[in-house]
Amino acid sequence: MTSERLRSIGLSLLAPAIAIVLSILVTTVVIAAVGSSPGDFWSTMFEVPKPRLRVDILNQTAMIYIAAVAAAIGFRMGLFNIGLEGQYTIASFAAASFAGAAYLSGLANVAAAIIVAMAVGALWSGIAGVLKTTRGVSEVISTIMLNSIAITLVGYFLNTRGVKEGNTVHTKNLEAGSTLGGFAPFEDRDGEIWALTIIAVLVGIGFWVLLNHTRFGFDLRASGQSESAALASGINPKRMILISMMLSGAVAGLIWLPALFGGARNYGTSFQAGLGFLGIAVALLGRNRPLGMLFGALLFAFLSVKSNDLTFGTDVSPSIVQITQGVAVLAVVVTYEVVRRWRTRLEQRTVSRELAGANGATS
Amino acid sequence: MRRLTKLSAVAAVAALALAGCGGSDSEGGSGSGSDKTAASDDVCKSADGDGPKIGLAYDVGGRGDQSFNDSAYAGLEKAVEDFDATCVEGEATDGEAESAREDRLRNMAENGAVAIVGVGFAYSESVNAVAPDFPEVNFAVIDGFDPDEDANDNVAYLGFAEEQGSFLVGVAAAQKSKTGTIGFVGGVNTELIQKFEAGYTAGAKAAKPDIKVEVQYIQESDLSGFGDPAGGKAAATGEFDKGADVVYHAAGGSGSGVFDAAVEAGEGNFAIGVDSDQYLTATDAQKPFILTSMLKRVDTATYDFAKSIDAGKPLVSYTVYDLKADGVGYSTSNKSVISDLTADIDSYKEKIISGEITVPTKP
Repeated sequence: MTSERLRSIGLSLLAPAIAIVLSILVTTVVIAAVGSSPGDFWSTMFEVPKPRLRVDILNQTAMIYIAAVAAAIGFRMGLFNIGLEGQYTIASFAAASFAGAAYLSGLANVAAAIIVAMAVGALWSGIAGVLKTTRGVSEVISTIMLNSIAITLVGYFLNTRGVKEGNTVHTKNLEAGSTLGGFAPFEDRDGEIWALTIIAVLVGIGFWVLLNHTRFGFDLRASGQSESAALASGINPKRMILISMMLSGAVAGLIWLPALFGGARNYGTSFQAGLGFLGIAVALLGRNRPLGMLFGALLFAFLSVKSNDLTFGTDVSPSIVQITQGVAVLAVVVTYEVVRRWRTRLEQRTVSRELAGANGATS
Repeated sequence: MRRLTKLSAVAAVAALALAGCGGSDSEGGSGSGSDKTAASDDVCKSADGDGPKIGLAYDVGGRGDQSFNDSAYAGLEKAVEDFDATCVEGEATDGEAESAREDRLRNMAENGAVAIVGVGFAYSESVNAVAPDFPEVNFAVIDGFDPDEDANDNVAYLGFAEEQGSFLVGVAAAQKSKTGTIGFVGGVNTELIQKFEAGYTAGAKAAKPDIKVEVQYIQESDLSGFGDPAGGKAAATGEFDKGADVVYHAAGGSGSGVFDAAVEAGEGNFAIGVDSDQYLTATDAQKPFILTSMLKRVDTATYDFAKSIDAGKPLVSYTVYDLKADGVGYSTSNKSVISDLTADIDSYKEKIISGEITVPTKP
C-alpha cells in the first residue's frame, strides 16, 4: 500500500521534473545558439540573491500569486479570464485615485481603497460575465477587448485628471498617513517587504477554503468539470459563470495594491504592467492548486528579479528568462498530459496483471 | 559556489514538482518574449582606460532601437574614445517592476560606476530613490524630473527643446510643400508630443503664413501609439488623402508606417523623421521620401554629462539642450531634396538662437 502511494507521488512529481529539465535544456540551447555561455548564465542565476533582491522576490511573488489565484478561480470553472490585465489596471487606477483624493485618512483610507479596487475589478470582469450569460459572447474575446478598453480609459482619465510632472502624469500622491510601507528585514536601503503582501496569504487561504470547504467551491469545481452534470445536480450555470467571473475580477483588483501602498504612492510610471499575464502562466504552471501556484509564483519572481544580474558579468540578455518561463509553462502542460496517459496505461496493466493472476489462482 | 548551484537547482526542481498536482486540462502558452542579446562589438567590453566609469541604464527597447537608446550609446562611445572612460550597461525588460530599475542603478553604483545615466523619464522615480544612498556617485536622467521636494545635489535632469528642432523641420515642410497643406502625426497626445506639434506648426506658419497643418494623434493616451506602425500608416495616409504632401511624425516606432504611407502616396510626397537621423536606418524604398529628421541629441547630453564628470565639475539639476547647445537640430543626409532649403532653415536657426524668435511649446 505504502509503496503504491510512494509510486503515485513519484508519478505526480514526474511531470514537473520533466518540465524543469526541458526548460533548462531549451534555455541552455538558446543561449549557446546565440553564442553566449550557458555556464555563466546558470551560475549567475543560481547565486544566492543579495538581500535587496530577496526582498524584491518576496514582493513580486506576492503580486504574481494574487494574479495566479485570480486566474485559477476562472480556470477551475472552465472560464478563460484573459482580462486580468485590464481588470487590475483599471482597479489599480481607481484605488490609487480614490486613496489619493484622501476622502478618509490613515488605515480607513487603505481599507476603503481595497474595497474600491475589488469592486471595480469585479464590475469590469462582470461585463464579460454578463455578455457571456446573456449573449453567449466568449469570455476570451470579450476580456481581451476589455483589456484595451481599460488601458485606453485609464490613459484618458490620467491625462485629463492626473497630476502632470515633468514628462509624466500620475494620480495624486497618497498622504503620508496612508502609505503603509512595510517591514525591512535587512538594512533600510535594501527595501521593505510591503505590508499588503499579506493580501497574498489571505487570498491563498481563502481560495483553498472556498474550493474545498464550501458549497460554492463544490459547485465551481463541478461546473468546471462537467457543465451538464452540474446542471443536472441543480447548479445554475449562468449564475455560476457570472459570480466566478466577478470573483476572479475582484481578486485581480488586488494585484498591484501591495506596491501602491508599499512604495509607489501613485499610479504613474511605477505601475507594473504585465502581472495579469504572468498570473495566467503561473496558474497553468501550478495546475490551479493553492500550493502549486505559490511555488510557481516564487519561481517566476525569482527568475524575473534575478535576471537583472545578468547584465553585469554575463553577456546574456535578461529577456532570456522569459523563454525559461514560457518553456516551463508549456512543458508542464504537455508533460502533465503525457504522464497522465502513461499512468493510466500503467494502472490498466497492473489491473489486468492482477486479474490474470487471480484467474490463474482459481483455475 | 558549486554547492549552492546544486542546492538551488534542487530547490527549483522541488518548486516545480509541487506545482505539478493538476486539475483541469486547460491548455495555453505564456508570452515568451523575444530574445535579444547584446551585440558583440560592445564598447564596454573592450574599454579599459583609466577615465571615469559610466553606467548606462537603458529604457525598454535597449540597444538596437535605432533611436533613443542607441543615441545614448553613441554618446557613451564617444566618451570612451575621447577620455578613456570605461562603462557598464543595463538593459530594461518590458513590464519590469520599479524595483528592477532601482536594482539596476544600485548594481552599477556597487560595480564602481561614478556616473550613471538613466535613459528615459521612467528612471525619474528610481534615481530619486537611489541617489541619496550613493552621495559619491553622480546620476543623470534623460527627459527626467525630480519627483519630490527634496532636491538631489548629485542628479542632473537633461531635457530637450524639442519645439525648436520641430520648428526647423516645420520650415522645411512648408517650403517643400506644393499643395499648401502639410501633416503631423503624433504617437500619443501627451504634453511632450504636443511640444513637437507646436514647434512644427509655428515653423511652418513662419515660413508660409497661409499653410494648412493637418494634425493627427495615433493614441489619445495609451503608450502603444509609439509602437504601432499600422496606426502610423493609417494616420499619415489620411493626411496625404486630405492634400498634405509633407508629413512629420513624432511617433517613435510607429514612424516606419508613416514612411510607408509617403512611399505609397508616390513621388512628390515626403515624410520627416524624428529623434535620430532616420534616413540612415530607413529601407531603400523609403529613403528617397525622407526629407529630413528632427534630431534630439541624446548622445550630446550623455557625452556632456560624462565629460562633466571627467572634468571634475559634475552637471547637476536641470539642463535643457536647445539649438544653442546643439541639443536639437535637423538632418541633411538626403541631400538631393533638402540642400536647396538649408540656407533658409539655417537663417531661422540663427533667429531662434539669438532669441529673435521664441518657439511656443503648446499648440
